[in-house]
Parts: sequence; C-alpha cells; structure tokens
Amino acid sequence: MEFVYTEEERMMLQMARSFAEKEVKPLAKDTDKEHKYPAETVKKMAELGLMGVSVPVDYEGSGMSNICYSIAIEEISRHCAATGVIMSVNNSLACDPVKIFGTEAQKQKYLADMASGRKLGCLGLTEPNAGSDAANLSTTAVLDGDDWVINGRKIFITNGNEADYCILIAATDKSKGHRGLSAFIVELDNPGFSVGTLEDKLGIRGSSTAELVFEDCRIPKDNLLGEVGKGFKVALTTLDGGRIGIASQALGIARAAIEDATAYAKERVQFGKPIAKLQAIQWMLADLSTQYEAARLLTHRAAYLKDQGQSFGKEAAMAKLMAAETAMKAATQGIQILGGYGYTTDYPLERYFRDAKITEIYEGTSEVMRLVIATNILQ
Amino acid sequence: MSIVVCAEQRDGKLSKVTFEALSEGKRLAAASGETLKALVIGSGVAACADELKKYGADEIAVADNEALAAYTTETYAAVLAAYIAQESPALVLMGHSTVGRELAARAAGIADCGLVSDCVAIESADGDYLFKHPVYAGKAIGTFKISGATRLATLRPNVFAIEESDGAGAVVDFAPEIPAAKVTVKAVNKVSGDRPELTEADIICSGGRGLGGPEGFKLIEDLADSLGAAVGSSRAAVDAGWREHAAQVGQTGKVVSPNLYIASGISGAIQHLAGMGTSKYIVGINKDGEANIFNVADYGIEGDLNKIIPALVEKLKEA
Amino acid sequence: MKIVTCIKQTFDTEAKIVVGGDGQISDEGVNMILNPYDEYAVEEAIKTKEKDGGEVVVVTVGGDKAQEALRYSLAMGADRAVLINDPALEKADSHAVSVALAKLLSDKEAGYDVIFAGKEAVDDGAAQVPSRLAAKLDLALANVVVAVELADGKATVTREIDGGTEELEMALPALISAQKGLNEVRYPSLPGIMKAKRKPLDVVSLADLGLSAEDVASKVEMVSAELPPARKAGQKLTGEVDEVVAKLVELLKNEAKVI
Repeated sequence: MEFVYTEEERMMLQMARSFAEKEVKPLAKDTDKEHKYPAETVKKMAELGLMGVSVPVDYEGSGMSNICYSIAIEEISRHCAATGVIMSVNNSLACDPVKIFGTEAQKQKYLADMASGRKLGCLGLTEPNAGSDAANLSTTAVLDGDDWVINGRKIFITNGNEADYCILIAATDKSKGHRGLSAFIVELDNPGFSVGTLEDKLGIRGSSTAELVFEDCRIPKDNLLGEVGKGFKVALTTLDGGRIGIASQALGIARAAIEDATAYAKERVQFGKPIAKLQAIQWMLADLSTQYEAARLLTHRAAYLKDQGQSFGKEAAMAKLMAAETAMKAATQGIQILGGYGYTTDYPLERYFRDAKITEIYEGTSEVMRLVIATNILQ
Repeated sequence: MSIVVCAEQRDGKLSKVTFEALSEGKRLAAASGETLKALVIGSGVAACADELKKYGADEIAVADNEALAAYTTETYAAVLAAYIAQESPALVLMGHSTVGRELAARAAGIADCGLVSDCVAIESADGDYLFKHPVYAGKAIGTFKISGATRLATLRPNVFAIEESDGAGAVVDFAPEIPAAKVTVKAVNKVSGDRPELTEADIICSGGRGLGGPEGFKLIEDLADSLGAAVGSSRAAVDAGWREHAAQVGQTGKVVSPNLYIASGISGAIQHLAGMGTSKYIVGINKDGEANIFNVADYGIEGDLNKIIPALVEKLKEA
Repeated sequence: MKIVTCIKQTFDTEAKIVVGGDGQISDEGVNMILNPYDEYAVEEAIKTKEKDGGEVVVVTVGGDKAQEALRYSLAMGADRAVLINDPALEKADSHAVSVALAKLLSDKEAGYDVIFAGKEAVDDGAAQVPSRLAAKLDLALANVVVAVELADGKATVTREIDGGTEELEMALPALISAQKGLNEVRYPSLPGIMKAKRKPLDVVSLADLGLSAEDVASKVEMVSAELPPARKAGQKLTGEVDEVVAKLVELLKNEAKVI
C-alpha cells in the first residue's frame, strides 16, 4: 500500500491550490453575500479542463483520475464551497452518467460540450414528493412519435438556473415503480422548459438551486440515456460517483475551518498566552485534524476504487458521511475557537458553517448514507 | 591585502549605501589591519572621488572613461573584475542595490569569486570573514564563509552605520581595457519624484488593503511628505492594482529596513513582515485590533485610519 | 527561435523554516514549488514561442525532486527539460550552478536565441545566477525586467532600477531575468499536466557535461542558520484621535528618536 501522490496528482494539487488561492478566494465572500453565480471563475475552470476532469480526452475531457478530481474539488471548496459544488455537479452528476450510459453520438455531442465547459450540466432527480425515496417520482416521459414528451417538476436542482443540459430521471411506466424510471438528456433551451422558483438558501449561495418545470417538453427520441426502465440504475450509479465529489467538497470546508481556527488560536492571546496553548483548544484541533485525515483517506480510497473499475458505492457513502459530519463539526468548533469573532461576517467561519450543513443533506442525507452502508454490510 | 569598496554613482551622485559600505570597510580594515581602497566607475566622476575622501579610504581609484558614461552591467563589471585582478583584495564590498547586486554577481562570475549577497553583518575573525545574510525572505539568518583569496559581499542598505573618518589617501587613476557595451540604454525614467528611494529611505509609510482603494494612498502620500518618507505598499494593495509593484514591500517585493516603518491598513501577513521585520521602529495603524501587525509594532493604534492619518499629518506640521 | 529558461525549485513561500540540530535549515516535510520569479520566466518563454514559434527548453540544477518543478514548467507549455543532477552539486552555490549551466548552454544546448530566468530565488535571495551566467556566456544581460519585446534579432526591455526604470536595447542572444509584473502567469491546464508526463526530461551528470567535481566546487558555504529574534508587541496607544496622535508623535520624537 502506498500513500504517495503520483506526479500527476502533485501537479494537480499545486495547480488547483494556486488557482483557488488566486482566483477563487478573492471572490468567495461576495459570491456568498450577493448570491452571485461565479460565471467568470467557471469559465476559467473550463479553460483549465476542470469541468470534465475524468472524462476521456476523446470527449474533450482531461482524462485524469478520480483522485485528481477529488483533489481539485477539495482545493476549490477550501476557499469557496459554492464554486466547488458547481464544478462537482457538472463533473459527477452531468458528465459521468453520459460517460457511463451514453451512446457514442451522445458522448460526442453532450459529453464533449459539458466536459469542455462550453455547456453546463445538472441532474434533475429530486421532486417535492421524492427526495431520498427516488422511486416515487411523478415526472413522466411519454413516447409520442419520434419525441419523448416530458411533464413534471423537479426541485432543489443545483446549477438549475444556469444549466444548458439536464440529465433527467422520469417515469416512463408509473406502474413499475423504480423499474419504470428512465433517464434522458434534455437540452434546456426548449419551449416546454422553464426555471421555476429559485431557492434562497442558508449556504452555498453562489450556486443556484432551482425548480425545473417541464410542460409538454418535447425532446428527440434519441435523447433517452441508457435503456428504458433503467433510469433508477442511472440515478444510483450517478449519485455514487457524486458522493466522491461532495465528500471532497466537505473536506475542503473542513480544512478551511481547521486551518483558520488553528491560525487564530496561535495568534489570539488570552490569559497572557495564545489560546492554542490551552488544552481545551488543542483537543478540539487534534480531534478535528484526525477526523479530517480519516475522511480524506476514505474519499481517496473511494476515488481509487472508482478508477480501478471496482464497486465503490459503500466506500463513497462512508467517505461522504464522514467528510460531511467532519465539515459540520469543524465549522461548529471553528466558530467556537474564534468566539464572538467567529460569529461575525468579518471572518469566513460562519460561511463555512452555513456551507457545511448542505453536505450532510444533498446527494443523499447522512441518514441515507448510513442506510447505504448498512445495506452493503448486511447483505 | 586590501578591502575594496566599489562605489555606486548615478549622474555623479553617490548612493547612500556606498557610504555605509565605506564606513563598514573602514571598521573591518581597522580590525584586520588591511588597507581600505575605494573604486569609483563612471565618466566625469572626479567630484565623487572627492566626496569619498570623507570616509578615510587609503586610496581612491577612479576609472573615468567616456565609455562608462551610461551604466551597463558588462562594462562596469569588466572594470570591477580588472580591479580585483590587479589588487587581489581579501574583501570587496558594495551596496545591495538593483545595480550593486548584478554588478557584484557579474564581476564575481568573471573573477570566479564567492559572493554573499544582501549582508546584514560582517565579522572579521582570524584573517577570515563571516557574513550574515537573511535567507527565506528573512525567516532565517544564515552565517556564511567564502573560500578563495577574494570574497565579495553586497550590503543591505540602511543596516550599516555611516561614520566619517580622516586620513584619506591619494586619488589614483585606474584605466583598464573596457569591452564594447552589449546593451544600449535608451532611456532612464525616474518614478518616485521627490520622495526617497524605498530601500534607502529612513522612514517609510506603507498602505494596504485597509485603505479601501487606490484613492486611500493619497493619505499615505500626505503622511510620507510630512515626514520626508518613501511610500510603500502591501502585496494586497499591489495585487488589487492600487499601487505599482515597485512599491511592494515583502517577500515578493522589496526588503527594507528603515528607522521608522508606518504600516496603515496592513494586517501584517508573514510575507509582509518578511520585507520589513528588521525596521528599527514599527508603527501599526489598523481598525482590526486583532491584526497581526500589532504583534510586531512598537506603537500600535487601533482605529479608523481615515481619521488618524489626517490628524497625524496635522500634528506633524505643527511640530 | 530556441528559448531557454533557467529555473529553480524552492520552498513554498508559506513554508515554516525550521533549523535542524546540525544548524542547517531542514527541508523535511516542506512543500516544494517552482520559484515564483521563475514562473514569470517560464510564462515569458511560452508566450514568446506562441508568438514567434520555436522551442522552449527548461533547465535546472538540482536533485531528483527538482524534476517536479521541471514537469510543472512542461505542464505550463514548455517543450522539454534538462536536469543537471550530480552528488557533487548537492550543496551547489551560485558559482557552481552558473558553471554547470554555462557548460550545458555552451555545449549540449548551444544555439539559443534568448535565455529567461527569474530575477532571484525566494530561498537564498542571492540574485546571482543570471548575472554570473551572463558573465560566463559573455551575454548581454537585463535584470529585474518588467517588459520585453523581441523582434528583428533584438530585445527591447524595461527594467526596474532603484527609483525608476530603464529602457535597454540589446542584440540577441541575451539573458533576461524576470520581475513580478512581467506577465500574467498561466496555470497548467489539466490536459497540459497529462501531456507533461510524456515530454522529454533529460537528466545529465557532471561527467555528461565534461565537468569535474572540482570545476563546480562551491565557494560559499553556509556555516549555520538561526531564526531571527522574534519582535515583541509594543504598546497600544488608546484614547481619542487627537490624544493618540499627540502621544505617537511624542514617542517617535523623544523615545524612539526617529523623527
């Protein structure tokens, strides 16, 4: 077993860190405060190949490993979790299903568009009555001549307001439950499509969370992704990969909180010495650092298994569970270490705190992660 | 054996660090019993030689030639290297200015001598010398030794004390062969106007992100002008485009050590401290009471610099 | 156009400096990066190639680890790299480095039109190698350069001097050392990183260059290193604006005696 970066991973780290510090960090506060989608940054990330990290070069991706992908998401989320999730959704939730389930023609067009960053992707899965219980979808797709006709509403869709393409999961046969679901690629400049409500959120405020409204939205028959009735599998496979992205995002938030709190503890003098000399503070930082390292190893292992073509669903769930809970804890205790200052917007800890919470919820809540892990170990 | 100080002049005006180097050369010569020689290179620089007499060099060599009217590294370095070949000095000192550092390095390259750049202290011991030079942007101080008969060192400006001495010796001509210049100087543009050069200034007033914008530097300039000071900047303000890079103090900017450094609206990141941490006195003005600058400032004022600086300028005018 | 860029791998500028038991600075666990000023040099070389065509060769003196900095330059867009790696160069000073580079550039890598380098490395802060190398290769030299134009076999540059700038003109080949502000350094793209793995990186020893250990014997030796004395926080002046200002002026005049 080797715990060293390859040359490619090291370069990825150096590049992503430097990019995040110089390009992402200066905008992070305003991105959050003004709910501002970081369009310029996303464009720069696209030029560098960050929007299709592990998509093959043949489809205009960067052809890198999932470990490199994880490293990049962590570094970007270290300074701005909203920018991190925009990237993660395009890579994991939009590119990945087309890469895995798409036809050659779909890959040439849609995968290449999204991996190159010319177009932005999103995943349309969640509905008002189907969150963690994805089998209970009410959005329908009906074949009518050469078109699929889609009707229904999707909610909480990250990138929904800016996306050009949507990987949509809809019911093609409601009587069959999750076996009646199918996946589609929808081009969103369609008269049957509109963006509904935009959520006002606690955190990741620079990324949009939108309602997608489909009203007799007609798409070509060829835009079926995978087979009819296999939509549930597309969704689950996609989410497994997405969890590596979200785990990496959570790692970035956790590291941000730990690094900022550590720097503060070394400088803040109370009772005649830096508070870092107090055991109460030391134990918090020791526990957080340990949990961060553990979460990182889990995340990199899940990414490694995915690179090897082995099953990684359980490992990705463990990684996301651990990383998300570590991010939340690190942000909570980070604020505690900064005391009153941590509670103000003068320091970014409160932003980390607000951003961390969503990592315990989206792409499967921590409860669903435990369910996935339990199902795996009890089967 | 001798100690040689290579004087730096531009338009007949000697740089301050030249006097610092001569004063240090005199002290080292007294300790080691070497003779002190000064070399001035240029065209029409007789007056410079006269001025150098104030520092008690045993001999002042003047390489005066029209071909040396404009400074180019290759011609000046050739003269310096020829002088080193003629004198075989134990030690050659000059200022660590933009010109001094390249001139010393190019001459060292010709003469195949060891050179320690940017020294903050030199000790003579048993016929040898120890050179102290900050490394990693001042995060550590290295002590260096040079092997070989001749050792070169450039001295950080504003660190070595200036002392005048009597007993200057003769002025002699030095006329080596001067190679053709490879570089043509098309123009020289002065930018800092009447204010002193940053690395040589006794007082520096610097501004950072806390100024709020490029217009905030008006305050810093007012303060600088009331003190006869130079104007510096933090990296944040340079990166934001509020000030040209030449004004940047810190790890990737200039390293300065004035008698007084007034940092306004500068948080005091480690990279900034690396560039000004050896200042004799530091004043920090910042609205954030937790700013790191207060951990190094001799005098700290927590508050609104938009109120404090104008009041300070008024007070200085009264005084 | 053959464009050579001399680089150095240095400590990350954020790195904490630790002096080991042997009195020397420890590199254990330190993140190594391409010297920030050298990044400008690599960028300028790639920009020049993009404009005028040709080849960018990145060269350095260092150990095995220095390959990372070369690969990073290749990922940015340089074409090939040469590492001079030899046990005799382990403690190379600026003299030794310039001797080795000069031999490489006057022999195996001769025929360059321009050499770029960073104006100094952020570790030893010596700022010697470009000028020493120019001396050894008898080249026109411009240090601390903030603008470059190459045309008709000539370089026109703007460089910083104390208190201003100078505009210089010189015939190629010339050596130009980069100052911050010369350009906007690009990030290596992900495809660039992947391509870099397959670009040629030659490792040469002193013997390959026809040099002996004596040829590159260092002249400068760091006897020891110490951390600078920590500055202590002084006093905070409090009160109304007029009061603190008066107090400050008083202290600067009578206590510090600096105004």
